[in-house]
Amino acid sequence: MGVIVAENHVEVNADLCKSCRVCVETCPKHCLEIGSGINALGYQAVRFDSEECTACGMCFYVCPEPGVLTVIKGADK
Amino acid sequence: MVKHTKPKGFYDEFLRKAPEGGPAAGTTHYCPGCGHGTVHKLIAEAIEDMNIGDRTIFLSPVGCSVFAYYYMDAGNIQCAHGRAPAVGTGVIRTRDDAIVISYQGDGDLAAIGTAEIVHAANRGENMAVFFVNNAIYGMTGGQLAPTSLLGQTTATTPFGRLQEREGGPIHMAEVIDALDGPVFVERTTLSNAAGVMKTRKAVRQALSNQVERRGFSFVEILSPCPVGWKMTPVQSRVWMKEEMEKNFEVKKFRDRDHVTRSSGRMNLMDDDALLELLLPAEGKEAVSTAKLEEELRVKICGFGGQGVLSAGTLLANAAIVDGLEATWLPSYGPEMRGGTANASVVISSLPVGSPVIARPTALLAMNGPSLDSFEDDVVSGGLIIVNSSLVKQKVKRDDVKVIYAPVSAMASEAGFIKGANIVMLALYLLNAEAPSLDGLKSVIPRLIKKKELVDVNLKLIDRAEEFNKG
Repeated sequence: MGVIVAENHVEVNADLCKSCRVCVETCPKHCLEIGSGINALGYQAVRFDSEECTACGMCFYVCPEPGVLTVIKGADK
Repeated sequence: MVKHTKPKGFYDEFLRKAPEGGPAAGTTHYCPGCGHGTVHKLIAEAIEDMNIGDRTIFLSPVGCSVFAYYYMDAGNIQCAHGRAPAVGTGVIRTRDDAIVISYQGDGDLAAIGTAEIVHAANRGENMAVFFVNNAIYGMTGGQLAPTSLLGQTTATTPFGRLQEREGGPIHMAEVIDALDGPVFVERTTLSNAAGVMKTRKAVRQALSNQVERRGFSFVEILSPCPVGWKMTPVQSRVWMKEEMEKNFEVKKFRDRDHVTRSSGRMNLMDDDALLELLLPAEGKEAVSTAKLEEELRVKICGFGGQGVLSAGTLLANAAIVDGLEATWLPSYGPEMRGGTANASVVISSLPVGSPVIARPTALLAMNGPSLDSFEDDVVSGGLIIVNSSLVKQKVKRDDVKVIYAPVSAMASEAGFIKGANIVMLALYLLNAEAPSLDGLKSVIPRLIKKKELVDVNLKLIDRAEEFNKG
């Protein structure tokens, strides 16, 4: 978290995720998946693991929680 | 660079789930996969982008989103069930600069609040209504909602909703579209990413309509309730696509080019204009500044149609013109004519504490039943004036001053029987400490609506003076 990298990516605030999977189903590039750890709310939070992200923001908009996902657009390559 | 993150239209911390702050202070109280959070996010983002947070009044409904005020960094009002559009009407008509957002669910808007939403829409109030339709009562445990689909099983329709038994789902966007008032009506869906983006656009359109004062904007948002529907969040979105959207057509119903409209707010009068309105006659100063040792409590009673209530307003206004404080409290039945009516007028040198009269200092009895009802209430040493044209009985008490005056006959002789109340009132003023008869004369031209009757009323006052001299 908070590491600035050049590539497009999604930062996940895992403490707040309720594991609804809507972002997982929505991402056109399948960049998100449900992780194995359990957060303080008792849910298995989503995790980002991909190099395909286009920073389209779909995951951000469909996510019902305001603060879970932050979409970062990388610098032009 | 950050492209999308928690919008600034939200509070930094959500204290609903974590009053002390900490990690959980970022989460909402909504269930996993609920549509409310998404709609909140779209609104909060628009508020930030349009920079309207400081003048947005967000109306929370009753239902799952009752706690929206924990999230939206705006002016928040939590409204009684279904009444958000009425509250919004009040807000927009008193705050010209406000952006009013009425956020309501289907139980709130389409059941208990149908009157408010229909009439606010019909008046075209300047507000954005976001109607979150999840076809069920979520908060109370999944009961049938007005918008539940036919065949849908809920806690209260275990065998499915039946047209013949529960009626069909109410299509609110169509209902609102049937009215002339709204400028923008759209139904969107949260079932998929494209639908969410269309909802985002509709939210922004509805809010920009508010910024530009274009009028009433209504966005119905089909939204998932996975817990209420007993589905996973992902299944619930499939169900929306396959069932809900077939029943609730997703489309833009109306987007009118509309001229900027006024807020409907009345122009506030300055003191001079107010004085001009309330003064008895143009250019007239207060006739006198009478001082009263004790307040006067006058009860004027009779049949409806005898001018009892009018006599009360004339008396109170005459007192105000004389520089006194006065209240007028009418009491009457549902009949405009022929029922019983009475007016309580309290006159004092000090502001009046209560307009209710238990012990009158004067009773003006226009008919017999009034005398029977209130004779015993008059204070000792008080005054009772009896309309002896109609009242045949005598006053039984000997500790009050009594005047028997045939006020109906006097008015009738003058050719205007409806003026009996004026004769009665003039007789009272001639026998009371205040207000002055001149005060009454000065208010008559202002308060008598039919101008041709002003003269005859003033003549009746002269007759009352003659009678009083004996």
